[in-house]
Amino acid sequence: MDIMNKARVKSPWVLHFNCGSCNGCDIEILAALTPRFDVERFGAINIGNPKQADVLLVTGPANKRNFRVLKNLYDQMPETKVVIVVGSCGSTGGVFYNCPNVLGGVDKVVPVDVYVPGCAARPEQIIDGFILGLQKLAEKGKKRVEGKK
Amino acid sequence: MPDPVSNYALPVLLLAAFPFIGGLLRGIDRKITAHMQSRIGPPILQPFYDVIKLWGKKPFITSRLQPVLAFGYLGFSLTAAAILVFRLDLLLLLFTVATADVCLIAASFNSKSPYSHIGGMRELLSMLSYEPVMIMSIISIYFVTRSFLVGGMFSLAYPLLLLLPGVFVAMGFVLIVEMKKSPFDISASMHAHQEIVRGVFTEFSGYTMAMVELGHWVKMMLILSIMAYFWAPNLLIGAGLALLLFFVSLVVDNVYPRLTWQRMLKTTWTFGFALILANLAALFLLGGV
Repeated sequence: MDIMNKARVKSPWVLHFNCGSCNGCDIEILAALTPRFDVERFGAINIGNPKQADVLLVTGPANKRNFRVLKNLYDQMPETKVVIVVGSCGSTGGVFYNCPNVLGGVDKVVPVDVYVPGCAARPEQIIDGFILGLQKLAEKGKKRVEGKK
Repeated sequence: MPDPVSNYALPVLLLAAFPFIGGLLRGIDRKITAHMQSRIGPPILQPFYDVIKLWGKKPFITSRLQPVLAFGYLGFSLTAAAILVFRLDLLLLLFTVATADVCLIAASFNSKSPYSHIGGMRELLSMLSYEPVMIMSIISIYFVTRSFLVGGMFSLAYPLLLLLPGVFVAMGFVLIVEMKKSPFDISASMHAHQEIVRGVFTEFSGYTMAMVELGHWVKMMLILSIMAYFWAPNLLIGAGLALLLFFVSLVVDNVYPRLTWQRMLKTTWTFGFALILANLAALFLLGGV
């Protein structure tokens, strides 16, 4: 593994976007940042700025009100990036499935790399999904290097 | 006959080590902060991983001037560090640091983002709060050493700290503002849990952000080194003192919430000026100068 990819995996900066979730998953995500689960062990920071983020963490279903915002945030994130969806609503639409104002899962708007199902997803699950996301990040980084060559 | 090793080789080595020590200190900072919050925290090398990763990411450049200004921030910070290690003029050092800051502020105004603009204005305010304290500190050093040269601090018979303890503490305020730590992190902070998001750093991405981060480490090291020079002949004790103040700034960061800019100006000006003026008054009365 080259040094750039190693650094990429060790320093995932997170952008958290709530797409109209009930806040259940968001509270679990915040729990993952607290002393008990402490995702900063893996170098993750809740950066709140798409231009510097590597991981887009989305909760809640994509709906007609905010899908443009979601798309905009995704487009503002520079390569290399992954999208992780937390919760049933974000994965498939969940209990809001087929509602007139809801488009469905987040993957209807942006390409998703990791799904973390659950209502609400537990912090352990979120961390598991996060680690899976980091592996995807490393793969994408490798592809990007090979693409350049 | 000037000795080439201590006159050229050592300063160059020290200058090259500046960003590395700065990055290590940032890592230790994050580890200690995590332990204060009873977390485990990231590895100590974390800031280096961050910078390497940022360097490899695709940048979003908002204007053609932005990378130049980001490089200017790093370049002028390094120039200021060079002025310090080669023991040149303290006033020149101060103006070079100010130029580095101006580069950062100009870069933040070089986009249409309102977050970036408000961060730039707040960075100007933090400059307004610490620059006068820095100038007063340097003038007090002049009163004791009768020279604006860094070398003057080394020519004293006893450490500067014994004569200027108030100035040393006032420099602590400068350190906290410069490190963008609470309660003075009004322009930007590492963790963006604030209404201004990333402040001055908002529009930087990829390698421009990496350069700004490196420049920030160098500037932090610069202030810590000036503090270490307060125990000038024996720099090991001086470094210990600087690290002590570094630790105090971490404690303050974890204890205090962020102040408004008005409170920041009042705090740094009243406490900073009062400490320095009281120190100078005591010196004149006791005939130390």
